Formats: sequence, structure tokens, C-alpha cells
Amino acid sequence: MSAPTTPPAGQPVNRVGLTRADYDGSKTTLCPGCGHNAITGGIIQAAWEAGLEPHRVAKLSGIGCSSKTPAYFLGHSHGFNAVHGRMPSIATGVSMANRELLLLGVSGDGDTASIGIGQFMHMIRRNVPAIYIVENNGVYGLTKGQFSATADLGSTRKSGEANRLMPVDLCALAIELGCGFVARSFSGDQKQLRPLLKAAFAHKGTAIIDVISPCVTFADHEGSTKSYAAVKEHDAPLHDIDYVPYFEDLTVDYEPGTTREVDMPDGSRIFLKKLDTDYDPTDAKKAWAVIHEARAEQKLITGLLYVNPKTHTFHDELRMVDAPLATLPLEQVRPPQRVLEEVMRSFAEGSAPVGAGGG
Amino acid sequence: MKSVVNDFSIHVATVNGSGSQTANNVLLRSIMQMGVPVSGKNLFPSNIAGLPTWFTIRVNEDGYIARHARNDVLVVMNPETAATDVAAMGPGSLIIANDSIKFPDVPEDRTVYRVPMAKLMEPITNDVKLRRLVVNMIYVGIAGQLLGIEQAEVEKALHAQLGKKPKALALNAAAVKAGYDHAAANPVALPFKVERRNLTGGKILIDGNTSAALGSMFAGVTVVAWYPITPSSSLIEALIGYLERYRRDEKSGKATFAVVQAEDEIAAIGNVLGASWAGARAMTATSGPGISLMAEFFGYGYYAEIPAVVWDIQRVGPSTGLPTRTMQGDLSFAWGLSHGDTSFPVLLPGSVTECYEFAGTAFDLAERLQMPLLVLSDLDLGMNNWMSDPFEYPAQPWDRGKVLDEAALDKIDQFQRYGDVDGDGIPWRTLPGNRNAKGTYFTRGSGHDELARYTENTAAYVRGMDRLKKKMENARALMPQPERLDTPGAEVGLIAYGSSHWALLEARDLLAKQGVKASYLRVRALPLAQSVHEFARKYPRVYVVEQNRDGQLREKLITEVPDVAARVHSVLHYDGLPIDAQSVVDGVLAHEGRTVTEGATR
Repeated sequence: MSAPTTPPAGQPVNRVGLTRADYDGSKTTLCPGCGHNAITGGIIQAAWEAGLEPHRVAKLSGIGCSSKTPAYFLGHSHGFNAVHGRMPSIATGVSMANRELLLLGVSGDGDTASIGIGQFMHMIRRNVPAIYIVENNGVYGLTKGQFSATADLGSTRKSGEANRLMPVDLCALAIELGCGFVARSFSGDQKQLRPLLKAAFAHKGTAIIDVISPCVTFADHEGSTKSYAAVKEHDAPLHDIDYVPYFEDLTVDYEPGTTREVDMPDGSRIFLKKLDTDYDPTDAKKAWAVIHEARAEQKLITGLLYVNPKTHTFHDELRMVDAPLATLPLEQVRPPQRVLEEVMRSFAEGSAPVGAGGG
Repeated sequence: MKSVVNDFSIHVATVNGSGSQTANNVLLRSIMQMGVPVSGKNLFPSNIAGLPTWFTIRVNEDGYIARHARNDVLVVMNPETAATDVAAMGPGSLIIANDSIKFPDVPEDRTVYRVPMAKLMEPITNDVKLRRLVVNMIYVGIAGQLLGIEQAEVEKALHAQLGKKPKALALNAAAVKAGYDHAAANPVALPFKVERRNLTGGKILIDGNTSAALGSMFAGVTVVAWYPITPSSSLIEALIGYLERYRRDEKSGKATFAVVQAEDEIAAIGNVLGASWAGARAMTATSGPGISLMAEFFGYGYYAEIPAVVWDIQRVGPSTGLPTRTMQGDLSFAWGLSHGDTSFPVLLPGSVTECYEFAGTAFDLAERLQMPLLVLSDLDLGMNNWMSDPFEYPAQPWDRGKVLDEAALDKIDQFQRYGDVDGDGIPWRTLPGNRNAKGTYFTRGSGHDELARYTENTAAYVRGMDRLKKKMENARALMPQPERLDTPGAEVGLIAYGSSHWALLEARDLLAKQGVKASYLRVRALPLAQSVHEFARKYPRVYVVEQNRDGQLREKLITEVPDVAARVHSVLHYDGLPIDAQSVVDGVLAHEGRTVTEGATR
């Protein structure tokens, strides 16, 4: 991968001087028409618009179709394609080692809701600063179409077999665990997805975006609740979303009572324009209720389900020095000789706590 | 009566959670303060309170600190085990018993010394709960007086442990005094005596887990991830204690480290790999069940070439096994810990000093080799207290291995993440955050070529695997080399590793007394050094002594040096107790076609 070059004349550049092409990755190897490819495009566009510095981004994923996609965007960022279901633990480790990196995780419904459900939950509990995108199609694509744990009740496989197990709702679960940024979107709705991604980049803790992303090969048939047709029919956005980053000094005019504003810690703002009803994304209980009502009504609600920009993050908890731990020189991490002498004295005198066994 | 000076073992039988640990450590310390070498072994159940526990103190002025199989003095504080404990005592032994505990009569050549402990406690405190805890100090006083342990040294040891809690100190000191006074007023003729020597000056008493924690702090660890599991938890808990004290700025409250208690061992190794990938010195500690769970991530680290330091404080397997007993059962498993062709560097510390020193070695080697590395300690080494010289401050800076920064990348045409540019099998890596986009790469556990691109190309796969093998071959010379004690004219070679070392030193001397001259080699790492092969070829008969059932190191050795297979025998000890010298002697002599001479150990 070569370094970003001087942009060709006429190519627009973002605030860090990069063209949109500087955020490309290698060519996708997924099926033509796969929802994941649209999400990849959304990530590239959002990262460019947000002016992310590629060297400050670490792309992380697990195993599955979705987890392949970090190779297809941000080719100038380091990437880590982990083992199945374990991306959150990698993210947690990277976050401790280098607090300056923006962690961009991509996973799927199998990688997250089945094998990785434990790590998903504990990452949220800790509130590790990271964006966690679930590319959710309700099936295992790479192993040819088995149900995943997010398949809806009654949704069918290509063979006609219907799912009879309760689906895991990753957004409801995230809210339950105290996640401060929970959104649901649709790979076909770039207008909604992009501002959500940019807002997630500005969030301080874990940001979960569950993106319904139809599998054209194994779940795009009649009877599948996550086919393009079904999603388009049932998609019920909560609001129209605009995102104004801190570096754009825009005045936004809106009629009183039509729009909610959410202020992010870095000065960025999210504007949520009211649609049918006025939805308050800062009320966790209501968000939870809305998710459950939507399930009963077989609606796919999308938008910013819950936001709390002021959660206690993993970094708040760790109270690390400002410089990334990975960059600290030896003299900062090896205490001086007198410390060893002091400790050795305590073990010579017997004043150190001795032994750890029972008794 | 033949007197036995500075060469006997005291076995204290109590109930888990009864507060006997302080008492036993005071006894241990006070003998050490008299200049006489000691060792203490805590034999405890997988339980918090209520089950039997034993603590054995070996007093030995020759400096042998392995467990001794025979006990000479028994302290009976647990009614439940009293009958079996007493029955195990041989002729000439001393049995100190709380007089409220009933047990069958013993032959007359054992001395039973009954102490009215409840009565002695009466004037000390009215609090029933405190009486139960402090009564242990009565036996300290009794044993002290009967065995000639100076009361001032007991008081000093008590003060060192409880000096910060004046109320507790006063109570315990009163109980010690009551014990001394009672035994002085009721003397009995005994052979066992502690006599002052000058053999422990400047020594420390420390367990291996604490030593490893200290070593890790001075090695500059920055990220620690762990999941609690016996017997490794105390390593991390000690480390957290030291880091909080010495690596968090008092004024700002900010730390040069981060610790996470993971949801399981899979997450713990994931945290470590993520942190190491991003450039931190990261570690975890666990035991057998933990490394079983880590197996998949180990293979990832091997293939994607990411450093990781993992301490395995071995306990008795398989499965949950005996969680609070010791074993060296994980050697074979650690070596090939993941699916496909994998192998991992393994460090085998044999002392608390090596637990301290190998903590730094582990980071240097893991980062040099870009591989997950295991340090195999065990419960005996990790959780028991060992006498040692004080540790030395690291003389060297650290080795962070082959990392290309922005400036270094500027000087090269192309960054080959997995290219063998130096011919040693070890590639260069870059860290995320690097501003030079030339160094960007995508890390994956799937097939990749020299430029870290995804590939299923067969030739590229074979090239990568062959380079990894070459890297491991070269590691033989980078790992800590074996320690050798050569005996002129020896026909027997002894090989051992880890905590068995101390029993081996003693066994070698005992064998010499039996006319068996033995050289001794202690393996300190895998892959095996070339000199281990040479040692195995040199002697007509070689005994590999291990604390496992299957002779795991022997198996590895004869795989590497098949021509010696018929001459290399196993001597095995795997009952969960720390290995003792007599077992080694018995095992060797049995193979040598000789029987053990009765009483040869004394």
C-alpha cells in the first residue's frame, strides 16, 4: 500500500488534505449486491467527510463476510482481522495500549450475537472507546446460509425452513448494558447511515451501530425478514439525521419543536428531525420500549435509538497518562533502583505481605 | 537420645481459614532469623474456610529447601484429620496437640505433648472469634520453647507482620508468651533443636508469583489482562499492588499502566494480543484451564507474529483436577498449543529469582521473536515461600525487537511485514499510529504473503511456514541456556526443570553418598538448547525427572534425539505434592538396579 500522494488537480480534498480515494481499500471479494459493500462505501464516505487521519484509525474485525470488509476501506490504516467472535477483546487491548487511536470495528450477526456475544457484552460494559458496526443479515454467509441468532421469528431459509428461536436484539442488549450510543440502520439508507457513522466517530465510549445488510445469496428471498424487499417495506425511521462536525461552523435553522439537538463532547452536533412522532433518544427506557413495540408490529425502526454522550468510559476508569502506553520510554515504566531496594528490604524483614495461599 | 540439630520438619495441621497462616509464617521467619535455612510449604484445599490445611516447615542447615517427605514434629489443631495425621508420625517424633482434640493412642516411642490451649487463651481475650484466630500463636510459643527458637526472634517476626496493627500485635504476642511460659513450666526431653547459625544473612523470603510480579513491573509492563484462577491470581494481584504503588503518579493520579480483569481467558489473551500489536508490553497469567481456552488465539499470534507473555502457574490437571496442588503437566501442551503446525517458546523458571528475572526475559524474547511465549511456573514455586538472595536491579535496558518507525520506513523502498529481510526468520513490524503510510498493513490469521496480502497461493503458504520454523530453530540459541553441574567420572546424567531443581540438588548429594555419581542439567527453556542434546548423548544412563505422569520432557527429548531413547528414563512424581529428594533417589536407584538403603537420608 503506497502513501497518500498529492491529490490530482480538481479532486476535492477534506480538512486533512486527503481525497476520497485516499480512504479506499482493496477491491471487495463479496457477492455483487451484498449489503456489506454499501456499508463499506458509507464508511469510506463518512471517514473522508469527517476528515479522519488514516494513521490514527485501527480497523478491527472478527470472522465472517462482514469481517472481511476492513480490507476494503481505509487502506492507509492498520487493520486487525481477529479470530471468530473475539474482535472486542482485541479492541480492548488496543485501546489500552494506544488511547489515541480511533477504533473502527466491523462484525457480523454470527460473529457478534453467537460466538462473540460474551465479548460484545463485556466490551459494552467496560465502555471501551470504539465504533462497533454489526453488518446484520440474519444468516451465516460464508458457511452457506445457516440461521444466525439475529434471525427473526418465522423468517425462512432458502429451503423454506422457518426460524423458531427468539432473536437476539443487539440494540436492546446494548442499551441494557449501558451503551452510550446505540443506532440501527439499513445498508440501503446511506443518507441515514453516514451521519450516524460520523456521530459515532465523535462518541467517547462504545458506539454500536446495528446495520441491517441483506445477504443477496442466502437471505434475499420471499420469507426472509432481512431481504431488500422486506427491509424496504418495514423500515420505519425514527427521524431524519443531520450531523455537523465541530470543525464546521454552521448555523442550523430549524422550526422550533421540529428538531432535537444532541451535543457531542468534541463540539459536534447531531440534529434529529422529527418524523411521525417526537422521539427522545436520551431516554433508555423509552428506547427499549420502542424496540419491543416495533418487533411486535414487525417494523424495522432505524435511527439513533439511544445516546448519552457523557458516559463513564474505559479510559476514565483506567486513568492512564496522556501519552499512549505503547509509546512510553523505559525510564517511565521501570521504577528506579531504590524502589527495588525498598521492596527487597520488606521481604528480608518480613514486613511484606507474605504468601497468598489458604490457611 | 541423639540430638537432631537444625535438620527436621514441622508439620502443622489446621483448618482452612482459621488464621494459621500468620502463625506459620512467624514460625518460619523466626527460624530463618536465627540464621538457619528454612522452607515452607502450604498444602491447602480448594476451599475458603473449613477444610483441612497443612503447613510444613523444613529446617535444614545444609540449605536443602525442597519438601522433605518425612515429618518429625506434628502440631495437631484440626480434630477432623488428627487421627490420620498422628498415625503418619514415625518413631522418635514429637506431637504437639491442642488437648481438646481426641485421637487414638500412639506407640510410646513418640512424644505426645498436650497443651490446654483453651485455658491458656482465657486470660488473653474474651472474644470467642478472636480466641479462635489467636490460639494458633499458642502453638508457635509451645514449639518455640520446645525446639529452642529464641523468643525474641519470634516476637520480632510477629512485629514485622503485625506491627501496623497494634491491637492484633498485642493479642498475638500475649498468646506467644503464654505458649512459651507453659512449655517452660512443663519441660520435656526432646532431640529436635534449632541452634543459631549464620547462614541466612541478607536473605529474603518470597513466593514465585510475587517475584514474577516484581520482575514484570521492572520489565516495564504496561498492559495487564487477566481472569482469576488458582494458583495464578496472586501473581496479578501482587502486580496490581506494585503498579498502583509505584507506577501511578500520586499528584495527577495517572498511571503508566492499564489493567483489565477480563471476562474469561480467551478475552485475556485477546487483550494481550491487541495491546502487543499496538506496541505495549502486555501480559497475562493463568493456569492449565486458561491456556486450554487460549489455544486458538495462540495460533493466531504464532501465524500473525504478535508478541504475548503468558504465565502458566501449573496446577494438577486434567480438567479441574486438583486446583490447589502442584504439577508440571502442561509442558507438552504449551509447546504445541494450537491447531496446525505451531510451537511456542517456553521459559522454565526454577527459582523465585528466575521468576523475577524471566519476567523481563519473557518480554524481551516475545518481542524479539514476535510470538506468544509461555512461562511455566507451578503452584509450589508460585505460591510457597522460598528463601533467596535479594533480586538485582536489571542491568540491561529492554529489547523491543524489530520495529520500524517513520524514519526507518523512509529509508526503505518497500515494507515487507512478513519478509525474511535479515535471514534470521524474524520479520520487521510496524505499529498502528505510525504516520508513514508505507508501514500500513492488514493483520490476519488467514493465509498471507510477505507483504501481508491475503493469499491462498500454496508456494507463499509454504514459504511463510518454513520461515516460521527457521525463526523457532534460531530461537534455541536466544533462549536461556541450561544450567549444568558436571561431576567427574559420572555415569549418570540427571535432567530436570522448574521447581524440581531443589529436590534434584539434594538428590544428587544423596546419590553420591550411595556411590552414584551423577551430573545434573537443568533445562530452562524450550526449544531445547543444543547442549541438552549433547548432555543426553554423553551419559550411559540419563534420568529425566518430572512432576507429571507421562514424562513430557523425556518425550520431547527423545523425539529430538531418537538415538538416545533407550538410555533415557523417566523418574516421575505426580501426586500433587511438591517433589522431594528421596523420591528422586528412589526412582534413580530403582532403574540403576539397586535398592534404597534404609535411613540413608539422615
